[in-house]
Amino acid sequence: MSNYLYILVAFLVIYAVRVLPLTLIRKPIKNRFIRSFLYYVPYVTLAVMTFPAIVRVTEQPAAGAAALIAGIAAAWKGCKLLTVAAVCCAVVFILETFL
Amino acid sequence: MKAKSAFLEGVRDGIPIALGYFAVSFSLGIAAKSIGITAFQGALASFLCMASAGQYALFSLIGAAASLWEVALVTLITNARYFLMSCALSQKIDPQMKNYHRFIFGAVVTDEIFGITVARPGYLDPRYNYGAMAVTMPGWASGTALGIIMGTLLPARLVSALSVALFGMFIAVFIPPAKKDKVIMGCVAVSFAASLLFDIVPFLAKISAGTRTILLTVVISAAAAALFPAKEAEINE
Repeated sequence: MSNYLYILVAFLVIYAVRVLPLTLIRKPIKNRFIRSFLYYVPYVTLAVMTFPAIVRVTEQPAAGAAALIAGIAAAWKGCKLLTVAAVCCAVVFILETFL
Repeated sequence: MKAKSAFLEGVRDGIPIALGYFAVSFSLGIAAKSIGITAFQGALASFLCMASAGQYALFSLIGAAASLWEVALVTLITNARYFLMSCALSQKIDPQMKNYHRFIFGAVVTDEIFGITVARPGYLDPRYNYGAMAVTMPGWASGTALGIIMGTLLPARLVSALSVALFGMFIAVFIPPAKKDKVIMGCVAVSFAASLLFDIVPFLAKISAGTRTILLTVVISAAAAALFPAKEAEINE
């Protein structure tokens, strides 16, 4: 079977998953539970995906753990997205050079 | 003027994402090469799907000569979290916004773009997303193609350092609200602990990362919503 057919099927499914909620939900949701749920969803999702993945993705787990702590500290102090990302990368690069 | 600045803000916030994407999709390309995917096919799949775990699954299914039904089902499962994210984004859309925008920016609801979109106060501005798409889509697609072409040329230490850029961005999204809202701080702590548990407990570790994300997101967010309903002012922020 053609690889293009596989790619097409994957694209159609993933496009539907992303666009259907955006096109079908037209009104502000009134229900307080659902509103609260959707309010917490982004933070929980991102937190779940960050840890322990950040420790697993680096060559040295300790470098990933240090990047997590440095990233949290930088974000806590009010650093912007690009700075926090750069701090994390730099910590890993420096630690893995010397460890 | 405002249109231009929203687009440029999207480009600016998209650059660290594009860098992280490049590193991740480079390794995705290395995996795709071993399955016999050409650089063009890899770039096309990346441009259309914009999904890390979903594409890993797609490529391995191609390698296993799976049926199209299997591809559809696995794609649905590995990407179901985008459904939740789009539900959340639907609440940030200005009712006055032109309809066609939903069909364009909606194609690129990724973990990271979702993260920077919710971090912006007020209604979602599609031009901001277009700016982010303008740098992240080429970053993701070119990384995949280069990974297929160049394989292992990039030093491992550089790939390792670049790969945490994504997580740095996640951190920059959830830490500022956690600092202001104790419930979000609690959610982050519980999420870290639960996610770690799913990573190290043998039978839980069998669950794929995509499914784990959906499961924990639904359970933890629902518990937080039931125990600590958010105040209207917080939701509208």
